[in-house]
Amino acid sequence: MSDLMIWVIILALGLGTFLIRWSFLGALGDRELPSWVLRMLRYTPVAVLPALAAPLVVWPVATGGQPDAARMAAAMVTLAVGLVTRNVILAILGGAVTLFGLLYLL
Amino acid sequence: MAPPFQPTPAPEHPRDPVDARALARSPREAFWHGVVQSLPFLILIIPFAILFGVVSLEAGLDVAQVLGFSVLVLAGASQFTAVQLISDQAPTIVVILSALAVNLRMAMYSASMVPWLRGCSPGQKAWVAYALIDQTYALSIQHYERHPRLNLKQRLAYFAGTALVLCLPWMIASWLGATMGRAIPDSVPLDFAVPITFIAMIAPMLRTPAHLVACFVGIIGALLLAGLPNGLGLLIAAPVGMAAGAVTEAQMERRRARR
Repeated sequence: MSDLMIWVIILALGLGTFLIRWSFLGALGDRELPSWVLRMLRYTPVAVLPALAAPLVVWPVATGGQPDAARMAAAMVTLAVGLVTRNVILAILGGAVTLFGLLYLL
Repeated sequence: MAPPFQPTPAPEHPRDPVDARALARSPREAFWHGVVQSLPFLILIIPFAILFGVVSLEAGLDVAQVLGFSVLVLAGASQFTAVQLISDQAPTIVVILSALAVNLRMAMYSASMVPWLRGCSPGQKAWVAYALIDQTYALSIQHYERHPRLNLKQRLAYFAGTALVLCLPWMIASWLGATMGRAIPDSVPLDFAVPITFIAMIAPMLRTPAHLVACFVGIIGALLLAGLPNGLGLLIAAPVGMAAGAVTEAQMERRRARR
């Protein structure tokens, strides 16, 4: 992707993100959101981020799209540690150690 | 997250020493209080930001662009989303829409800050909006609800303290990551930093059946639609996952009401 397009993305994303954050504080005030909108908003991160990650786990770029045991295991460990400890850093560390360990062993 | 609400009337805690101390703070002291309470979050923010710099460099961005992201967008998960899709060669519009979708939750933050910041100038509101990230929001709203009788200056000063400690290091550390990135050997499997980071961020959020359903449907949708070109699968799978979560929540509420 060209440098120009990356800057277009940065500026559009910067402006759009600011407008989302500013929306109610600046323009919409006390207007109540319909409850179905609130419901959808509540589930944006848990729907978007896993949907982005899942294909990367199953068909990793680094192996040319071949499913890879080390990466699959690392993803599972990250999920398990995150669910049990509720700690983001521990989950990342668990996944990273698994990935490095298995890539070294296999 | 609560819908927009009115501040609860001041609770009658005549002898609540924590509340009394909070109310007695000058704006300057409230600012430092915000600073101190934000410090523990740096353990998370700094490594994240360094990782963002490194991953972006890997994806072909230069240092100025990394800083552009961290200063102008200032939203971790969406920055990672954008960089991942850029390195996947997704079309510009798909990159922008997907990364913005990750930030939609911030509209809720904005709404729930309104009753606490009534009376601020438009300029002050714009600054708050700019720095309204997950952690500044979580800390401030907790503080405001704990101490409903704080005056406007104390509220703004506390927010400014959290914003300074949480936003500035994000920018500096991502710049650091982008300049250090070259020193990392090629054998390190950085391709997997983004999926690991996202899974780690999501796992602690899976608190309710509705969150689990949203996550599961999003994943299945993304895998089934992975054959679609240009990241289109994500743009379909994510809203379907969101809707699935919302429907589950509505059903659970109905079931609870019937009991």
